[in-house]
Amino acid sequence: MALLEIKDLTLRFGGLCAVNELSLEIEEGSIRSLIGPNGAGKTCVFNCLTGFYKPSGGEMLFQGQSLVNRKPHLITFMGMARTFQNLRLFKEMTVLENVMSGMHCRTKAAFLTTVLRTRGQQREEKQIRDVAEECLEFVGMLDKKHYIAKNLPYGDQRKVEWARALATQPKLLLLDEPAAGLNSDEKARLIQLIRRIRDERNITIFLIEHDMGLVMKVSEKIFVIDYGVKIAEGTAQEVRDNPRVVEAYLGKEEEEETA
Amino acid sequence: MAETKKKAKLTNPFEGIVETLFRFFENKTYLYLFIGAVVILLVIFPNTSSRFTQEIMTNLFFYIVVCLGLNIIVGYAGLLHLGYAAFFAVGAYTTGILSSVFGMNFWLTIPFSIVAAVIAGLAIGAPTLRLRGDYLAIVTLGFGEITRLTIRNLDITGGAIGLIGIQRPVLFGITLNQISHFYYMFFILAILAIFVSYRLHDSRMGRAWEYIREDEDAAAAMGINVTTSRLYAFIIGSAFGAVAGSFFAAKMTAISPDSFMFIHSVMFLMAVVLGGMGKIPGVVLGCVLVVLIPEVARGIGPYRLLIFGALLLIIMLYRPQGIWPDRPAISSKE
Repeated sequence: MALLEIKDLTLRFGGLCAVNELSLEIEEGSIRSLIGPNGAGKTCVFNCLTGFYKPSGGEMLFQGQSLVNRKPHLITFMGMARTFQNLRLFKEMTVLENVMSGMHCRTKAAFLTTVLRTRGQQREEKQIRDVAEECLEFVGMLDKKHYIAKNLPYGDQRKVEWARALATQPKLLLLDEPAAGLNSDEKARLIQLIRRIRDERNITIFLIEHDMGLVMKVSEKIFVIDYGVKIAEGTAQEVRDNPRVVEAYLGKEEEEETA
Repeated sequence: MAETKKKAKLTNPFEGIVETLFRFFENKTYLYLFIGAVVILLVIFPNTSSRFTQEIMTNLFFYIVVCLGLNIIVGYAGLLHLGYAAFFAVGAYTTGILSSVFGMNFWLTIPFSIVAAVIAGLAIGAPTLRLRGDYLAIVTLGFGEITRLTIRNLDITGGAIGLIGIQRPVLFGITLNQISHFYYMFFILAILAIFVSYRLHDSRMGRAWEYIREDEDAAAAMGINVTTSRLYAFIIGSAFGAVAGSFFAAKMTAISPDSFMFIHSVMFLMAVVLGGMGKIPGVVLGCVLVVLIPEVARGIGPYRLLIFGALLLIIMLYRPQGIWPDRPAISSKE
C-alpha cells in the first residue's frame, strides 16, 4: 500500500478550480516531485494535504487513514511535516527554540507537571532539546543554535525550517519549493540533504519545485500538473519528452507566433 | 515597522542605562545578591513603616499577582483581554458568597473560586478563541461589563451594596486582621505568582504560546493545537485573577461591584503593557509604576493624575514594546 494516496482531489474557490480531480500515489521510501507552471495549483495540493485548506471533494489517505477534515496539528501528529514556500520561521526566537517546536506534538507536559517541574517533565525537556540539537546537526546548523532566527542569512533560515520539520519526526516530508532563493552551491547541498533525509532517516519526500535541474536530479518520479489537472507522470526523461508538458511550460507553437 | 525603528533611535540614552544594568546583572552572583537584598528589605518593611505605606505595598503585591495572571493571557498567548476584572470579580464573589452567606472557611473557598474561574474562562474562551485578534477584545470587554451588571443586580451578590461580613482567614490559630498580616500574605502570593510564571514561561507550554504568537499557521504545522493552547492560557490566567480576588475579598471583608469596573481592567492591562508584555520583570516594574507613581506624586495635589497620564504617554511613545528590554542575554551573542 502506498504511504500517501490522493484520489480525485478537487479544490474550488468559488468558480475557480484550483485542483481538479487529481490522483496520485506516493510509495514509502520514495522521492517524488510535483511540478507545474506558476499558478498550477501545486501549493494548493500541499495545503489540502496538511489541513490548511478543506478540499471540495476527493479523498486523501495517509497510511490508510483519511486526512479529510483533519486539523493541521493532527496531521502533523500523524507523521506528515511540511515546510513553507515563503519562510515561516518564528523570527524573534532562537534557532534552537524554533526547532524545539517540532517536538511539541511528541511530548505532553501540562500545567501541574510544568509548575512542579517533575522528573518526568525535566526528562521530557531534555529530550526535546536533544532531538532539536540532533536535527540541527543533521542540517549543519548546530553551531548557530543560539542565533535569533531573523538574523540568519536566507540559506541558513531554510536549513532551520528543514530541521524544524524533521523534529516533528515525520514519515512523509512535504517540501514547498525548497530551492527558492538558494544559490547553486546551496542547491547542490540541498540535493544531497534530500537524499540523506530519505536514506539515513527513512523519510519519504514529496516536493514542489520550480528549479527543473534540481527536480530532474533528485526525484525518482515526477507528477506534472497544469490548471489543477495532472497532465503527466513518470521519470525525469519521460516527463521531459512529454509534449503536453512542453506545451504547458512553453505554450503551443502557434500561440508563440501570435504573442 | 519603520515607525518603531524611528522611535527606537530616540530612546538611546534611556536604553543605555537599562542595558548597562542588564550587563551588570548578567553575573548571576550580583543578580541573586540583589534579589536577596530586595526580599530581605520587603520582609522587614512592615516593622519600619506606617500602616499607610504598608497598605500601598500590599496593593502593589496584589497588582503583581493579578497582572502576572493577565500577562499569561495577554503577554504569553497574545490575546487582548479587556475584561480581566470580571475574573477577579468571579474569585472575590465566590469567596464572598461562600464565606458570608454559607460561613465557609476562607481557605476552603479558594478551590471553589478557581473552579468558578475555570468554568467562566471556558465559557468565554471556548467559543471565542478561534477568532483572531480584535474580536476577542470586544467579547472580553462585553463579558467584563455583563459580569459587573450581573453581580450588581443579583440578590445573592448583595446588589449594588455588595457583600459584607466576609470572614477573616485564620492561619495557625491567628486571625489575619492586621495590615501587616495581609502584607505578608500578598507578598507570598506575589512570589508564588512570579515562580509559576517563570516555570510556565520556560516550558513546553510557554514556548507553544510564543510560537502561536509569532506565527499561528507555522505553529499549527508544527503540530501545536492552537485553540487548546490558547484556552489553557485563558484558563490559567483567569485562575490567577480568581485567587487574587479571593484574597482581596478576605482582606476587605466587604466587596461591591464598584471594585470591578472597566477602569480596573484597564489599569491591570496598562501595568502589563507598560512594563513589557510577556516579560515577568517588566510586568512587575509596570505594577510598581502604576501603583506607586500616583502615591508618590500625592504631594503635587490635584494635578497628580494628569502628570501620571502624561508620564504614561511619554513612556508609551518612546517604548511601545514596554520598558523592559527584549531578551538581551541571547541577542547579545549576535
